[in-house]
This record gives sequence, C-alpha cells and structure tokens, in this order.
Amino acid sequence: MAEAEAEAEATAGRLRLYSYWRSTCSHRARIALSLKGVDYEYKAVNLLKGEQSDPEFVKLNPMKFVPALVDGDSVIGDSYAIALYLEDKYPEPPLLPHDLQKKALNHQIASIVASGIQPLHNLTVLRFIDQRVGAGESVLWTQQQIEKGFTAIENLIQLKGCAGKYATGDEVQLADVFLAPQIYAAIERTKIDMSNYPTLARLHSEYMAHPAFVAALPGRQPDAPSSS
Amino acid sequence: MASDDSSNVPLQELTGAAAATAAVVPPVKSPKLKLYSFWRSSCSQRVRIALNLKGLEYEYKPVNLLANEQSDPEFERLNPIKYVPALVDGETIVADSFAILLYLEDKYPQYPLLPQDPKKRALNIQIASIVGSSIQPLQNYPVWNFIEEKLDSNEAIKWTQHHINRGFTALEKLLKGCSTKYATGNEIQLADVFLEPQIYGGIKRFGIDMSVYPVLARLHEAFLEHPAFLAALPEKQPDAPSL
Repeated sequence: MAEAEAEAEATAGRLRLYSYWRSTCSHRARIALSLKGVDYEYKAVNLLKGEQSDPEFVKLNPMKFVPALVDGDSVIGDSYAIALYLEDKYPEPPLLPHDLQKKALNHQIASIVASGIQPLHNLTVLRFIDQRVGAGESVLWTQQQIEKGFTAIENLIQLKGCAGKYATGDEVQLADVFLAPQIYAAIERTKIDMSNYPTLARLHSEYMAHPAFVAALPGRQPDAPSSS
Repeated sequence: MASDDSSNVPLQELTGAAAATAAVVPPVKSPKLKLYSFWRSSCSQRVRIALNLKGLEYEYKPVNLLANEQSDPEFERLNPIKYVPALVDGETIVADSFAILLYLEDKYPQYPLLPQDPKKRALNIQIASIVGSSIQPLQNYPVWNFIEEKLDSNEAIKWTQHHINRGFTALEKLLKGCSTKYATGNEIQLADVFLEPQIYGGIKRFGIDMSVYPVLARLHEAFLEHPAFLAALPEKQPDAPSL
C-alpha cells in the first residue's frame, strides 16, 4: 500500500512529455529537459498511426502537434513555449545569456529553425507535394529548404563571429537546442552534404559528444524502433 | 505618393478618440531605431505594433519584396535569411520578428508584452508560435511561389486558406471561453501582437470567414480600435501603394 502511494506521489510531481521519437520539435524539448536535468515521463504519440488525432491528445494540444508538456495542471504545447517555460522554472543551467545582443541572436537562430526550416518540411507539406506535385518531389524540396536555412545560419554565425565551442559561445544555449535536432535530421534523413556548412558540421560533432544531447537522440527514445 | 505617415507618429500625437484611448507611454526618442519592413508583411506588422505600444519612434526603411530588394547584398548583411523585418538599434542588429519582439521586451520594458505568470506566459509564446511557425511560413513566398509554379495560383490560395483555417481552428480551441478584452488579459500581450496581422491578412487577402471563429473575430474588432494597431496597418505604411 505504502509503495503504491509513494509511486503515485512520485508520478504526480513528475513532468510528462508527449513526444514522437523522430519529431525534431519533440527532440528540442527532450534536449532542454535533459540539459536542465529534469526527470520526466515519456508518453509516445505515434504520428504515423495518427495518434495525434486521438481525442485525448487533441484536448491537450488542439494543433495536434508534438511535443506537449504536462506540469501538474499546466499543459504547454509547442517546443518554443516548452523551452522558455523550462528556462523560467529551472534556471540552471541557463539557456539564454544576459547580454541582449547574444540573447537576440539565440532567438534569431532558434526562429530560423522553428519558422524558416522545419515547418517547410513538415509531414503535411511533404504529403501535399508528393500527392499533388509528384511522387518523390518532396525530397528535393526538403533538401532545398534545409540548404537555404543552413546557408543563412552558417552566414549569420560567421557574420556575428559568435561561435565558440557551441553556436553562440562556449556554453550550450537555446540556439544549440534548436540546431542540434535540425542538423541531426538533415544528416540522417535528408543526407545533406555538410561540407558546405563547416560550422554546423563542427557543432554537430560537439552535440554528438554531449551526454544531454545524446540522451535526447531519436534512436534512444522508448518509441524508437528496436532494430537500428 | 502616400501621404499618410502615421506609422511614425508617436502615440501622443494621434488625435481625437485615438489619443484618448492611447496607452499613456511617453514617446522615447530613439532615432537610432530603424525598422526594415514591407507594408504588407505580417511579420513586419507585428514589430510595428510592438514599437507603437512601447512608444518607440523609428525610421521606416522599406524593403520591396515584390522587387526582390531583400536579396540586395546590403540587406542580406542585415539578415542572412533575407526576410523582413530586421531591426537596427544603434550597434545592435536583430532579425526575425520573434527575436526582435523579445529583444524590445528586454530593452524597452515599458508596456510589457509578456505576463509574469508562467502559464499565461507559456500560452502567449504558444499562440505566437502557432502563428509564427505553423501558419505564416506556409503562406510565405517560397512556398507560395513553389505551388504557383508547379500547380497554379488557385492552388496556392487554397493551400494558404487551408492552413490559416487549420491554425485558427486550433487557436479558437486554445482561447475557448476567453472573457478578457484581449487574448490573454485586459492588456495587449505578445499573443495579440501575433494574432492581429494574421487575422487581418487572412481576411483582406484570403477571404477567411471569421464567423466560425467567434473569439478571434471579437479580438480582431478590439484590435481595430487600438491606436497602436491602427498605425501599424499595412495600408498606413510609407511604402503602401497609393490608392
């Protein structure tokens, strides 16, 4: 009896993350949680099976997107909102610098990924292109959008001369949280030639060596296919 | 030549009823603030609204997207992804509307756009993200041009309408039961700054039927009574085509 109670209490205090192993947006949230050292319950939402349309999940997130974070009676849908919520609730280690220029740069890089790249190769876009424009056309489209975005970010980072070990300095910051999943997916799934983006390629190897980032990788998630 | 220059008019110089209801924020003389903007860009409109709310004067620098001025090397140096808006504040250059808004929020805290309460804060960011990542990018010119070229402009319109409607359906659910004057309270917040340009453009350019979105429709009416929003409207900008 006491054990069940203790378990219920432990679960009650825990954050819950609705996630799909391969979703880059979910990947961002997982990195943020991992960096902040926050324990959470993983709730898989299989996008390919359409589980995002289950009434239970739609109640949580009307956009039917993952990720969604549940913290007690708070529900936060959207990876950006989740990242900033965690930043406020768990200030250490900080993901945003105090310096306003550097802070703005982090938001700018995060936004290029979140508004300028990822939405343009989301499932809904890819399906439309393959069905209406031509089977397989989405592959070239995805490549073009990623290359356009990566060129911009590579140029931006070089223009600002801001990169250190990580994108905007020697500490992991918000830009890295957004960059890592996008670069990983670009390499693994879209087979982007990273030789055109030396800074991003280097950042990728840094992320792959950082335990918090490694723990958040798609293949490490409970809902990842076991054969890989 | 468009004579209406109210986009650069500090709030306190608006006349009549507008002045009476204007937020009481003394204009901050910041001639070093420059906003690179296109009249019809909803992303630029967001920043124009925020600058007005915070009582910030700025120099309007038009970037004609239809003439591909965003590809000028000068502008690319300001924003490597070649989108408006971009903000220059003395030595600081910030691009992307979300990054600009959060920068303004830190640097010019008057008329705060984000509430202190973490839940309300998260809701504002989520609404901003829905508009800024899930609706607007899908109607931006790279996507529009692609669909228009591969299919036709009717398909591009239908595509855009579909995604606006999808986003508005979700927003309406998120805002269900909203009884405050604006989306998340009785003061304008970040969510409102993102919502109105998307609603306005949806109605004006894509014929979205707002009767199925009663909360959004009510908010839209409220926004259209606010001087900061009025001054930021596309048609009021210096680079808007004269009628």
